[in-house]
Amino acid sequence: MVNLALAWAEAYQKIKPDVRISVTGGGSGTGIAALLNGTVSIANASRAIKSEEIDTAKKNGVDPVEFVVARDAIAVIVHPKNPVNRLTLQQISDIYSGNINNWSEVGGENRPIVRLSRETNSGTHVYFLETVLRLGSKDNKTFFSMDTLLLPSSEGITAEVSDNPNAIGYDGLGYMVPEVKMLAVAKEAASGFIIPSAETVNDGTYPISRDLYMYTNGQPVNEIKAYLEWIISPTAQEIVTKLGFVPVKSTSAGSTP
Amino acid sequence: MIEKGTSPQIKRITQNFGFGLLGLMSSMTVVPILIVVIFIIQKGAPAISLEFLMGFPSDGMRGGGILPAIIGTLYLTFGTAVFSVPLGIGAAIYLSEYAPENRWTRVIRIAITNLAGIPSVVYGLFGLGIFVIFLKFGTSILAASLTLSIMTLPVIISTSEEAIRAVPNSFRVVSTSLGATRWQTIRRIVLPQSLPGILTGVILGLERAAGETAPILFTGAAFFLPRLPGSPLDATMALPYHLFVISTQVPGMPIKIQYGTALVLLFFVLIMNIIASVIRSRARAKRMW
Amino acid sequence: MKDQTPLSERIITRGIQITGYSSVLFVVLILYFLISQGAPALFEAPLKSLAGIRWYPIENYFGIIPLILGSLVVTIGAAVIAIPFGVGTAIFISEVAPQWLKEILKPLVEILAGFPSVMLGFLGILVVSPSLRRLFDLPTGLTALAGSLLLAGIAIPTIVSISEDALNTVPRSYREASWAIGATQWQTIWGVTLPAARSGVLTAVILGIGRSIGETMTVMMVTGNAPVLPIHLNSFISPIRTMTATIASEMGEVATGSTHYHVLFLIGIILFLISLIVNVTASAIVFRQPKRAERILS
Repeated sequence: MVNLALAWAEAYQKIKPDVRISVTGGGSGTGIAALLNGTVSIANASRAIKSEEIDTAKKNGVDPVEFVVARDAIAVIVHPKNPVNRLTLQQISDIYSGNINNWSEVGGENRPIVRLSRETNSGTHVYFLETVLRLGSKDNKTFFSMDTLLLPSSEGITAEVSDNPNAIGYDGLGYMVPEVKMLAVAKEAASGFIIPSAETVNDGTYPISRDLYMYTNGQPVNEIKAYLEWIISPTAQEIVTKLGFVPVKSTSAGSTP
Repeated sequence: MIEKGTSPQIKRITQNFGFGLLGLMSSMTVVPILIVVIFIIQKGAPAISLEFLMGFPSDGMRGGGILPAIIGTLYLTFGTAVFSVPLGIGAAIYLSEYAPENRWTRVIRIAITNLAGIPSVVYGLFGLGIFVIFLKFGTSILAASLTLSIMTLPVIISTSEEAIRAVPNSFRVVSTSLGATRWQTIRRIVLPQSLPGILTGVILGLERAAGETAPILFTGAAFFLPRLPGSPLDATMALPYHLFVISTQVPGMPIKIQYGTALVLLFFVLIMNIIASVIRSRARAKRMW
Repeated sequence: MKDQTPLSERIITRGIQITGYSSVLFVVLILYFLISQGAPALFEAPLKSLAGIRWYPIENYFGIIPLILGSLVVTIGAAVIAIPFGVGTAIFISEVAPQWLKEILKPLVEILAGFPSVMLGFLGILVVSPSLRRLFDLPTGLTALAGSLLLAGIAIPTIVSISEDALNTVPRSYREASWAIGATQWQTIWGVTLPAARSGVLTAVILGIGRSIGETMTVMMVTGNAPVLPIHLNSFISPIRTMTATIASEMGEVATGSTHYHVLFLIGIILFLISLIVNVTASAIVFRQPKRAERILS
């Protein structure tokens, strides 16, 4: 979400020059931890706050309040020349857990699969773990295969995937670049294979969609309140669309581009 | 190893082959250095413009300039100097002029050697623990500078001590015989004479501090600030951290900007190298012994 | 004679004494903070977990073995490259190269010494890793090998400058004696000069390698950060995760006082201990050898 946070901060400071917003990256885990430590006013998170984090918050005297500020899809990406175009959730889960190790097992060339992931502090990582690897089941204890590369951030993933025909990666829709190919994903082999886009997120057909959040300590007041209200306004939500994410409410024109 | 009975021709061939091998290894070590410098200059130069050097980042840092990172590094380097230079030179003076040859002095030396070997990220942990959290300075220029200072201390102490020891004892003896106290001798004779050596050490130490990322990661570095830091208790952007961020954290970052930032960082480092070398050679020429 | 030292002089002297002992204070402080923040990990994380082989802190798997081995593999790789090239270059500069060549080589090595680690990591991502992948047809170029290559670049300047100093310190008379009995320059280097400088060169190597173990940014950017157990033959050309990269990547996301926080400090203690051992070894070597030399010469 750091792209989005930066873009919003930049645009907001243009219309309100006396407000200072500094943005730090580091993943949802970092942001929430900082909120719990009392070092930031707003934590951006691409996953919901965990119950353990809520407990820690109470211990530190922090009361996290959740706001949904945008929506997103997690795209699964491969090298543009990779002949594979579509995978089911189960296949993706098997690939990332280490059960499938060669592209030929899913209809591709005879190449080893190199798995790329965000670091464990990333909300995207956690969301992917729960929704894709563990197929949404709380009792499923599948882990990422131990040789999964944990890259410091999104740029590392797209850079490696665009360069390496063996690679598979995942990241938010807003981080996609033209140099990688998004796969069509199906919930089950029988259901349709869907390409992630703003429409498929909003109509619920894309199986790996999620909300993006901002957390504050207690109900926000003054400047923070104004900022959050601006964020769900149409102007700010247009920035969401521009960056490739999905706005919370459709823009006033009706359909998203 | 010096065998009797090996013919001179074989010895000669072995030697030439050996020298050639060593020369090859040296060039394999040294030529890549040149290539790296030229490569970065070549790829980074197109990005360099007045706007790049004096402007703020825009468009999610994919455009605009890197001024806050440059200024931040300058602030951090200055902050590091403020703490480490007096402390380091003081310790060096102590070791070379005052310290007796006893067990306690050996303890000090062991401590210095240890400080020199501690990994930079462990300094970051220490800085986080003591300056950010315990002393409640928060993520700030102050905390980062203090952390970097302790890291830079060993370099300054050892090079300064060497420079001070290089001043011939006769200088001190003459000064004392004229009635000067120990400190007067140090202040008026020893320090001025060893100044170039000390300065070289300080510059090389600060050069390392300017290029370090790990110690400032959790003690003072900020991802993006819309304005320049206003006080030592603010966080700041910094060149090495900025290079890390734009090459790994921001998608769609133009290659030109990445290389441009690398070039500015390299330039900083090279300038300090050159200044140190110049001071060193001028001092050698003007030396009074 | 009564002590005529004026008050100002005594204050200054006391001040200088304090600065002298400051290093000891800092080492003690660092130890204290590391231990106070890291020791709780031994109580909070079951020892079985710490000694385990899975590092997945968000689900309370704190196996640090893969991290320690990861650092080890990358450092050994760096040593294999840096020692021959570093010592070889030092010998070349000190014993073989003519003066004009020395004046070119030494500044260049000094430039390498100044390269920030993040810059080397940056080049690693953009140039070294992709090249390795294409050259050796690897699944990915983000490997221990890439890390070792760059770490060698960090260790070499230390090895070269300290070794070169050690070689220069060998008295000219040693070399002259060797030539006098008919040895060539080459034979002299290996039979006389290098053995005489042995302790200094060893110190240089140990300190250079010590720097490699502690390196953070470079390895974080090019080794892939996968917490695998690097115990197979091809682990070297596979991704690994080092202790230093783990601390740097994860410290930001931990809540102060959590188990994960304490474990990261525990890893910091391990790194501190490793650097302690490295330095003590280097010092011991330096202190031991002069006595032998004195015995031989007397």
